[in-house]
Amino acid sequence: MLEIRNLHAKVDNNEILKGIDLQVNAGEVHAIMGPNGSGKSTLAQVLAGNGNYEVTEGEVTFQGQDLLAMEDPEQRAQAGIFMAFQYPVEIPGVNTQVFLRAALNAVRKSRDEEELDAAQFQALLRQKMKLVEIDPSFRNRSVNEGFSGGEKKRFEIFQMALLEPKLAILDETDSGLDIDALRIVANGVNALKTPENATIVVTHYQRLLDYIVPDYVHVLSKGRIVKSGGKELALELEARGYDWIKELEVPAGAGA
Amino acid sequence: MRTLTKTATDARDRYLDAFRTFEAMQPQNGDGISWLRELRTTASRRFEELGFPTTRDEEWKYTDISPIANLIGSPADAAQVQGLSASDVEPFTLQGLDALRLVFVNGHYAEALSSVGTLPKGVVLSSLAAAIRSDSPVVRSHLAQYASFENHTFVALNTAFFQDGAFLYVPDNTVVETPIQLLFITTSGETATIAHPRNLIVAGANSQVTLVESYVSTGQGTYFNNPVTEVVVNKNATFRHHKVQLESEQAYHIATMQVQQARDCQFASLAVSFGGSIARYDANAVMADQGIECTLNGVYLVAGQQHIDNHTVMDHAQPHCNSHENYAGILDGQARGVFNGKIFVREDAQKTDAKQSNRNLLLSPNAVINTKPQLEIFADDVKCTHGATIGQLDEDAIFYLRARGIDKEEARDMLVHAFASDLLTDIQIEPLRQQLEQELHTRLARNRQIRE
Repeated sequence: MLEIRNLHAKVDNNEILKGIDLQVNAGEVHAIMGPNGSGKSTLAQVLAGNGNYEVTEGEVTFQGQDLLAMEDPEQRAQAGIFMAFQYPVEIPGVNTQVFLRAALNAVRKSRDEEELDAAQFQALLRQKMKLVEIDPSFRNRSVNEGFSGGEKKRFEIFQMALLEPKLAILDETDSGLDIDALRIVANGVNALKTPENATIVVTHYQRLLDYIVPDYVHVLSKGRIVKSGGKELALELEARGYDWIKELEVPAGAGA
Repeated sequence: MRTLTKTATDARDRYLDAFRTFEAMQPQNGDGISWLRELRTTASRRFEELGFPTTRDEEWKYTDISPIANLIGSPADAAQVQGLSASDVEPFTLQGLDALRLVFVNGHYAEALSSVGTLPKGVVLSSLAAAIRSDSPVVRSHLAQYASFENHTFVALNTAFFQDGAFLYVPDNTVVETPIQLLFITTSGETATIAHPRNLIVAGANSQVTLVESYVSTGQGTYFNNPVTEVVVNKNATFRHHKVQLESEQAYHIATMQVQQARDCQFASLAVSFGGSIARYDANAVMADQGIECTLNGVYLVAGQQHIDNHTVMDHAQPHCNSHENYAGILDGQARGVFNGKIFVREDAQKTDAKQSNRNLLLSPNAVINTKPQLEIFADDVKCTHGATIGQLDEDAIFYLRARGIDKEEARDMLVHAFASDLLTDIQIEPLRQQLEQELHTRLARNRQIRE
């Protein structure tokens, strides 16, 4: 589904990603872990198409298409990529329903599906709301405005439930969540899992992976994946911390 | 007395000549309206002394009105009233509402296009000229008592020259359920016309009124519209006022609203302006007694070479009054905007709570806004807050929307729309709200095409 080869990216002239290689297949859950500043969020932003990050080298193929050739973030979203933001943006004055309907119809249109009428849309909202235990009053609010940290993260997963992406990238969705909120968010993600889609969970803490069990764990350090393994690698990181990772050599063949 | 340049003197003299002609055409003394002749003469004299303001005048520092002073125009022609049909007018009306409506075409009352239906007992809704002819004691005691021309050239001009406008009188304890629309249409053609519409609105004690004052045009020509509206809100009355300015982009529009408020009344106004070539609006409220609520809100959207200027005065003359002011401006192209918000808190006006906000969104690097809060506080136990912001669209918010599949232009429109949405969604007259949101949308799309 997703194949990243030798990806380099910089922001404000600082090179953050220094040769990432990663392959994600349909039905898989990948966790990307690493210390602060290792480039985890940058990877998520680059895949989502944030124009503040400049790709300087490498290739990304998504479902057989050249992802980097899709310059507009909306093209990537329409192609089936969804990034749950680490810091969802508050947008005063934009009603959540107006926003969700615009997003859903944009994505549906790109899939050659009919736009939903008001009644169909409301029915779908009700169905998806249950999934992340979201309070119906959110419909009268502005996007993320005045939401608590937990509400914001739940709202991200709610959007994911609505848009049904092929590839979901959760950028530190667990940070700042209490255990109840974490459980709700994780249950939502697990409920959305199918053999046709894939999830990349970017996280600093192992805790989330108790709830969303990854097939693969990758450890990022200084812009490169320095170690990959199964779910037990996350436990090892939890036990030993990140210091030993920083001393690891880059595996042969990875990066430039 | 100030020294005037040659052109400024010419402009003034042209108006004074016009006044002598106008005056000679007015009914003579002895027919019961000598008070009006005197009023006009006094206003004309004051205009002669004031002349046209220049950018050296503090009140006009950022708005150069010399194109207006130099506009050679004729008084709007009464004959053109005949040229418009009901279907020409319909797009500007509160569609689907059984509203009460007075229509004025080029400043002249168009009875055939108006609709005054059945009014609650004692309510008078008529042309001001008709009310003056019938020697209405309400008109006589209120007209020109509030909108002072002592220091305002354009109010002086209006007072000297006005021919018609709306007169609304709502007796005490009367609720007018249906919104009332005062619709001023200019059929701007090849020759520039000049009109000075004059409105007098008197709402009795415990009354309730919703009013929409609309200024529109059917053409894209140059003309000068100089309306003055006086509103008297008596004790414990509730008054909702809307002003819509949707005119030719070549139009000159200088408007003044003067509100006089009595004890425990509520007055709330929203002015939505799409500008002209030069558009200026002075909205002034005097809170003359205690327990008053006053809201002056505004939205302005301009682009191209347009110039928009909003001046407000909240005059807290007595204790325990609350004022709210929220103006939001969206400027594109090379448009220029001005906001000046004065709050006076007089010596007696303890426990005043005054809030003022002016937010501006600049969509182009060449758009300009001059915004200035001006607080003059002479009481010591008051709360006054003010804030002015100038910003661009939030790039993070645009990315967030795009990352959900919404295309760039739609994302921008959503954010621009959001900027003014709190003020527009407040409009309780549904067809008016829809009409204004649609207009906003259409203009944003058009401005975007110009940008591309």
